[in-house]
Amino acid sequence: MTLSLALVAILVIAVAAGLFARNRAAGLRGAGARLNSLPNYHALYVALWAALPALLIVALWSPVQSGLVDQAVLASPVGQKLPDFDLARDTILTEAKEIAAGEREGGFNPESSELAPIYATASARYASIGGGVAIVIAMLGAFLAMRRIKVDFRARSGVERWAMGLLIGASLIAILTTLGIVLSLLFESLRFFELVSPTEFLFGTTWSPQMALRADQAGSSGSFGSVPLFWGTAFIGAIIAMIVAIPLGLMCAIFLTQYAPHRLRAWLKPILEILAGVPTVVYGYFAALTVAPIVRDFGIAIGISSASSESALAAGLVMGIMIIPFVSSMADDSIAAVPQAMRDGSLALGATKSETIKKVLLPAALPGVVGGVLLAVSRAIGETMIVVMAAGLAANMTINPFESVTTVTTQIVQLLTGDQEFDSAKTLAAFALGLALFIITLILNLIALRVVRKYREAYE
Amino acid sequence: MSSAVATMNRWTGEEMQKRVAKRYAAERRFRFFGLAAVGLSIAFLAFLLVSMAWQGLGGFSRTETKLTIDFPRSDLILDPAALKGPQAQEVVATAGLEGVLEQAAVAQFGEGAGELFGGGSARSLGDQLIADPGLLSRKVELWLPVSSKADVAAKGDGDPAIEKLVAKAETKRVFNGEFLTASDATDPSVVGVWGALKGSFLTILVTMGLAFPIGVLAALYLEEFAPRNRWTDMIEVSINNLAAVPSIIFGLLGLAVFLNFMHLPRSAPLVGGLTLALMTMPVIVIAGRNAIKSVPPSIRDAALGVGASKMQVVFHHVLPLALPGILTGTIIGMARALGETAPLLMIGMRAFIASPPAGITEPASVLPVQIFLWSDEVDRGFVEKTSAAIIVLLVFMLMMNGLAIYLRNKFERRW
Repeated sequence: MTLSLALVAILVIAVAAGLFARNRAAGLRGAGARLNSLPNYHALYVALWAALPALLIVALWSPVQSGLVDQAVLASPVGQKLPDFDLARDTILTEAKEIAAGEREGGFNPESSELAPIYATASARYASIGGGVAIVIAMLGAFLAMRRIKVDFRARSGVERWAMGLLIGASLIAILTTLGIVLSLLFESLRFFELVSPTEFLFGTTWSPQMALRADQAGSSGSFGSVPLFWGTAFIGAIIAMIVAIPLGLMCAIFLTQYAPHRLRAWLKPILEILAGVPTVVYGYFAALTVAPIVRDFGIAIGISSASSESALAAGLVMGIMIIPFVSSMADDSIAAVPQAMRDGSLALGATKSETIKKVLLPAALPGVVGGVLLAVSRAIGETMIVVMAAGLAANMTINPFESVTTVTTQIVQLLTGDQEFDSAKTLAAFALGLALFIITLILNLIALRVVRKYREAYE
Repeated sequence: MSSAVATMNRWTGEEMQKRVAKRYAAERRFRFFGLAAVGLSIAFLAFLLVSMAWQGLGGFSRTETKLTIDFPRSDLILDPAALKGPQAQEVVATAGLEGVLEQAAVAQFGEGAGELFGGGSARSLGDQLIADPGLLSRKVELWLPVSSKADVAAKGDGDPAIEKLVAKAETKRVFNGEFLTASDATDPSVVGVWGALKGSFLTILVTMGLAFPIGVLAALYLEEFAPRNRWTDMIEVSINNLAAVPSIIFGLLGLAVFLNFMHLPRSAPLVGGLTLALMTMPVIVIAGRNAIKSVPPSIRDAALGVGASKMQVVFHHVLPLALPGILTGTIIGMARALGETAPLLMIGMRAFIASPPAGITEPASVLPVQIFLWSDEVDRGFVEKTSAAIIVLLVFMLMMNGLAIYLRNKFERRW
């Protein structure tokens, strides 16, 4: 018996118990009694008690079960003969699992086909234990809940308590996700920092993550100084992209809110929003295929012979274009939040519209705009596909926008794609980079949200 | 002194007029800059879309050429009876049709003409033979798709030697329906997006199945029930932060938790969907809360007044009224998830997968990742296929966003 079969059985029990409960409650009502709750609530009450505890047990059991099965297989006579080396053993176990599940005929390792029947019996045994317990719990729940069906039983309150539990559970998922991100990044990063010192990671200026497989191998120093990555990230995301996005986004917001007639605005705004909706992989392809050659040719034309076809400028330009609607809508919001009285006052003194905007509206809206720009920066430095496709892999520290730089996100993708064992310093480095990226964007977001909120309160 | 000030400030004075003119010029300039900024942004968008369409439209068509094949005189040994059996596909696949094509091409177009035909041509020939086994007994003229190299050459962007060959042959351009029904392959002339598209559908289905209920329930709790305390503040802060966390971080989370800790299958839509659900949920919560907030309190008061419980008020009245707004936000979130690439790369969805996934635990690719993989290919034939796949992706995104806008316009209520 597999767990999915148990799942079906639990659902059948719940539905059957629910229908039965409804009949019983309807029967009470038919006998002339006035029920506290509608028959449907009785049905729901019984079905929930039958299904939810049992489902919880299945959910908790399934990870436990895979561990127990592995243990049982390793404890068997064939299993004890397996090599001690983790990687080799895991491959054989995985193959045996797939053979047992009927997904493949035979493995590369001869041991795996011997292990497969042991695997099948062990998993069948543990699945019947877990599934059996769950089914018993489901029946027990249904039975106990059914006994409570009486004329004055408050089935609705019972159902509502379950609903409240579901609501709270759903909102806790957000906290669990945050916790999951922090813990998984932290855990892997700590393992990385056992191999590489934090000072080297934070202040080192050489990035070449190729680990030496042999001691005498040349060119595989395995140094993890992340400064060039952060410079590249800031150069593309915070400098070049913002030089494009801030003026264009701000002027778009000003034109759309202050000058454009209402009907034009109704057309232009959704068109601008399309820019934000285009998938980043499309921008990346556009940057690599169309923009990068233009930028390189331009660089060579103005006499920069080192112009690369993976220049920082191409990636930054395209990223800036992507961010325009974001900056524009943030600026739009903060300009709209400036009280009408300030605008009227300035216009009444005889200032022209542009003078009002430049001297009154923008200074008043500045905190909001700055907050929006910070959010935009945080988005730009976390952006992955554009830089993966259009920026290079060379960890340069250069201020020449025509040269190639690499970024944190590019390196994370580089380190984690491709087959390698999970514990090497190379893969762990990706998590350390991820942690750094997470902390930086978190700080930027917190500051930005605080600035925006404080400023809103000031005018409300 | 006073007279000088007077002339400066007199309305009709020359200096005043000059300054006013200057100020008006500045006003016009500023206005023009605004218009230019909008125009420039839209021009970028237009350039992007037009260049994609320009390169991509070629991917939907293929070049066919007329080839004379004399089956009785070729070395082909193929039993017409076998073509009617259930194993017909396998029979033609192993019959060595490539050799027949090369022979016929060299006979018709001269030395080196074998380059004109590739795997796709042989497959098409096989299909035509299955459709009409009678062809085998005579000399026939057939329209066959050309190889990827020759296709690129026919579109004027290839090897000059092959371009000459193509110029000699009689060619026509036809719609390439296989692009929408085939899956990934190593030969660009036979690739298609269906495998990736199906992977995307399955992934989005998982995402929607998880993120929508959880997001809606969380939004209801936070807006309608949550007491104001530290826990609620923590939930709110984490939701707002999650909405701004870079997507690649969610990929790292998925890799560490779903793959390495829970040992779920690699590259599967299940894991992709789970990861994207965590990413989309905050977006749905935020949209949901705004929609719930806009339902007027009088509705709640009226329902409470006739004796509904708090839970009944929320599920019978508030939720149905807020649903169009929530759906709009959900669809926009789903469209974003559909275009997301980076987190899926992290969980291994970049493998070469030549058949569409059968279920959510089978290895699959998704459309954006497919685009990324094709963009890395060196073969020139993949350039237009990549752009064509981008067109397919953009059409789907546009459809989803259009649906969201339609829903908003149709059901949006101002109270």
